[in-house]
Amino acid sequence: MDLKQTGASRLLPRRLAQGAAALSMLAMSVFASSAGAEVNSTGLAVTDTEVIVGQLHSATGTMAISETGSIQAERLAIEQINASGGILGRQIKVIQEDGASDWPTFAEKARKLLERDKVAAVFGCWTSASRKAVLPIFEKENGLLYYPTFYEGLEQSKNVIYTGQEATQQILAGLDWVAKEKGAKTFYLLGSDYIWPRTSMKIARKHIENVLGGQVVGEEYYPLGNTQFGSLTNKIKLKKPDVIFAAVVGGSNVAFYKQLKAAGITSDKQTLLTLSVTEDELLGIGGENMAGFYASMKYFQSLDNPNNSEFVKAFKAKYGNDAVIGDVTQAAYLGPWLWKAAVEKAGSFDVDKVVAASAGLELDTAPEGYVKVHENQHLWSKTRIGQVQANGQFAVVYESDLIEPNPFPKGYQ
Amino acid sequence: MKSFFDKLAGSKQGAIGFLILAALILVVFPLTLDAFRLNMVGKYLTYAFVAVGLVLCWGYGGILSLGQGIFFGLGGYCMAMFLKLEASDPESTRIQSTPGIPDFMDWNQLTELPLFWEPFHSFGFTLLAVVAVPVLLAFIVGLAMFKRRVGDVYFSIVTQAIAAILTILIIGQQGLTGGVNGITDLRTLMGWDIRSHEAKTVLYFVGAFLLLACILIGRFILASKLGRLLMAMRDKEERVRFSGYDVASFKIFVFCVAAAFSGIGGALFTLQVGFMSPSFVGIVPSIEMVIFAAVGGRMSLLGAVYGALLVNYGKTVFSESFPELWLYFMGGLFIAVVMYFPNGLAGLYQSHGRKWLARLGRWRPKARRAEPVAARPAPSSTPEPTSPALETTP
Amino acid sequence: MDLSLSDFGAIAIMQGFNGLSVFCVLLLMALGLAIIFGQMGVINMAHGEFLTVGAYTTFLVSSLTLRFLPELQPYYFFVAIVLSFLIAGALGWLAEWALISKLYHRPLDTLLATWGLSLVMQQAFRSIFGAREVSASMPDWLMGSWMPTDTIDIPLNGLFVMAVTLLLTVAIFVLLYRSRWGLQVRATVQNRVMARSVGINTKKVDRMTFALGCGVAGVAGAAFTTIGSTGPTSGSLYIVDTFLVVVFGGAASLFGTIASAFSIAQTQSMAEFFISGSMAKVLTLSAVILILMLRPQGLFSLKVRK
Repeated sequence: MDLKQTGASRLLPRRLAQGAAALSMLAMSVFASSAGAEVNSTGLAVTDTEVIVGQLHSATGTMAISETGSIQAERLAIEQINASGGILGRQIKVIQEDGASDWPTFAEKARKLLERDKVAAVFGCWTSASRKAVLPIFEKENGLLYYPTFYEGLEQSKNVIYTGQEATQQILAGLDWVAKEKGAKTFYLLGSDYIWPRTSMKIARKHIENVLGGQVVGEEYYPLGNTQFGSLTNKIKLKKPDVIFAAVVGGSNVAFYKQLKAAGITSDKQTLLTLSVTEDELLGIGGENMAGFYASMKYFQSLDNPNNSEFVKAFKAKYGNDAVIGDVTQAAYLGPWLWKAAVEKAGSFDVDKVVAASAGLELDTAPEGYVKVHENQHLWSKTRIGQVQANGQFAVVYESDLIEPNPFPKGYQ
Repeated sequence: MKSFFDKLAGSKQGAIGFLILAALILVVFPLTLDAFRLNMVGKYLTYAFVAVGLVLCWGYGGILSLGQGIFFGLGGYCMAMFLKLEASDPESTRIQSTPGIPDFMDWNQLTELPLFWEPFHSFGFTLLAVVAVPVLLAFIVGLAMFKRRVGDVYFSIVTQAIAAILTILIIGQQGLTGGVNGITDLRTLMGWDIRSHEAKTVLYFVGAFLLLACILIGRFILASKLGRLLMAMRDKEERVRFSGYDVASFKIFVFCVAAAFSGIGGALFTLQVGFMSPSFVGIVPSIEMVIFAAVGGRMSLLGAVYGALLVNYGKTVFSESFPELWLYFMGGLFIAVVMYFPNGLAGLYQSHGRKWLARLGRWRPKARRAEPVAARPAPSSTPEPTSPALETTP
Repeated sequence: MDLSLSDFGAIAIMQGFNGLSVFCVLLLMALGLAIIFGQMGVINMAHGEFLTVGAYTTFLVSSLTLRFLPELQPYYFFVAIVLSFLIAGALGWLAEWALISKLYHRPLDTLLATWGLSLVMQQAFRSIFGAREVSASMPDWLMGSWMPTDTIDIPLNGLFVMAVTLLLTVAIFVLLYRSRWGLQVRATVQNRVMARSVGINTKKVDRMTFALGCGVAGVAGAAFTTIGSTGPTSGSLYIVDTFLVVVFGGAASLFGTIASAFSIAQTQSMAEFFISGSMAKVLTLSAVILILMLRPQGLFSLKVRK
């Protein structure tokens, strides 16, 4: 830092001679230099002109399908931030690492980003398993992770900002809506067999039984990658639930909805509410195969507000007109912006200060509308119900109030 | 009758090869690599345990197990259970509705520790289980399969199916096993923080010594009469059987040894990485482990270590610089090794490296065939037991 | 629960149909593999990827039809099936020529080499079509259900897969037992050396068999676009089941493959109805392994001279 400070002060006379426009830059560079120690007191990869961040997603392997959108959205946000002058006058440089859908690789790369590259923040992870794998490393190295996926909750690390919804935010509003709008009393819970669907269904069951006074007539889990749902459709016909509440993921999703349709379980006879289908998944399923069903998310590409139309326009300009934006993609887009706001509020890249500045932070330029960071480092957000259209988009039919994040919901555990 | 030490060292050349490897992983790596890279090498070495086991059961025994991840995973889970219990003391889990049990159990409404977790409070028991659990499963599977003479390709497919079953079970019973996330957030081993660099370095040396010990055990087995029988069985199983040997027992034994090695590797892996998850039990990692052995040379215990190191290093380098190309490279490696270098690096050394070395140093090692570890020339080792539908070899 | 007897009957019928359609899916996957395994003792680990080739071919044909000949959209599927067969078959022919034929004396090594091939093919799909899943637009006559009564829905895509399975199985039987080529194949399986000595070009027979097996996998892939997903790793979702069907059925016996696909499908389908999907899978796989221990050569095995 000392060297750079002298470097900057040597430039002073020449800069003074330049026009007024340069004065602001000068002010900034002086501010940055003299405040150098405060801006970065923990040895992060921050210079006077540049700050390095990490991006840690699966570019290869089975999860690449899902994580591509997040990679793109984070890139877009970072480019936009750079174009608008960067953070504290510094341009953001990205080191992208591939987690390769493999959890130890995630851990290894996280360690590399934090220990060797000393990145100021990491935008990354998608599955809970990958987050759990990197978490101890972020806590040990005191790194900062922006995690975009809606997830099961039950976690609150001081080193993670969760930009997606935790389970209660996504589920409760959706269940309330079907109970009220559709008069639903009986529910069939269904998911892929892993922690997120199981935790979500647990919360859903408590809510249905204790709050809505409804009844759960079936609860089922299928192995990840399962492609045969014939027996399931028959069981559904046997139980005749008012609502199918589904959290099936990955390749299973496509098979599930195609077979549901083929078995005659379509939206004119059956209400279905899913937690796991975004515009991304619809590409593979085909909108016509689940038209009329509902999804509960905080964001849909079709949201009608100025922030969103600008975001969709920029995204399509960069990634082509066919690009679609799902819930997680939008949440990933928030990451760099939230980080920028927090850093600027803190006046420092230090992780502790950025985290401290994050609580209570408001962002009204988010495509999903207004968001606010809670003290538990999750976001306040609205939940929307979207109805699947044959063209692969959702029509928003309901929007909740701003919901408080509650990763450890009492009474739902 | 050779002395015990002769059996361990093999020939003079075997001893030299062993010393070179020992020097490399005990001296050269720790001196030249920084803590981060050394930790990575430490992780690779845990895979080398599996590869060494595969050399024994596949290269010499002719048993191609596509489910070694099962044993790696079991060993790893045993260690992870111990560490998780230690991390879940009532004090640090006091926010849970039932303090003192692992967090994922609490989330799944378990109110007390399941019975099979109880013994893992004891470190001694855990160390025993790391070896015993994989061996027990290998013994049961081996007994059922080999006694009934389930042959090569069938056995490979069955081990795959077992890996699939185990993965589904672990993921499905998440209250007991941590589900798809695995057992995570492991911090200390008997009060010793395993996340620090010093700890990782100590663990690296523990792993390195254990690996060298496993290689010596492997050599000892191969140098004994059992090793000869294994090779004889691989080439003409019927003849050995008709000579009055109980073929199945030998196969079971070597399969169990390979399982034990894998279990040790898995336990060390858990310590190095700090978590264990069902993604190591599945089919894909199991097959990847076979390629480590194949690249190093399926007939060479030392080669297996080099194979594990090289392939994993390649994986890291490739996925850092060209993530897109990694699968092409891996796939190409599988094909190339199988088609052109069936004896892997060790085979290459045998056919080219030696001559080259000899020319370089005008030092000509005696072309003795007595040593069991060095690979045999390619043609004689290529015939595997052929399937019933294909009996064309004379 | 208010269930009338007729409701219950309807469910029973639909569940029976479901068992049959799982059977057809398994059989369709396993047929190609079984032909190859029976003939050459080779387990083709890249079988799933040949399936995916068929699925992507269908996707391509569907997109092209939509773009250039939208009025023919209802009928593109037949073209897609034929093309899938040809393309997957041609790729199989290439693979046999470049890889498998060099490894006939080492069946275990073929396992590894074809695994390598499957990795390469998966990444190739990813490079060409992108990592995301794609969806071929289905003709209307394929989606939806046939309702013989008010309470019974028989899925049309299930019926379609059944029809394809039936046709393909019959075709393969005719080919194997009524054609000159089939005669050569059977001769080679029974005694390769003798077959060669009476003038059968066993190499050519092998190559054709492998290509045929892969072509059949391609057709299966095309048919599966009606019920499942199309992505770089779609094929690998099916492989473990497929291998088990073939091994369980026993080498060199198409009847064995059919019987094994049938029993596995019925077990799975029944179990799924009464217990959760995950446990049903565990139960089925374990049962297969247990029976394999009792009958190591599979349900039906051909007596061959060793």
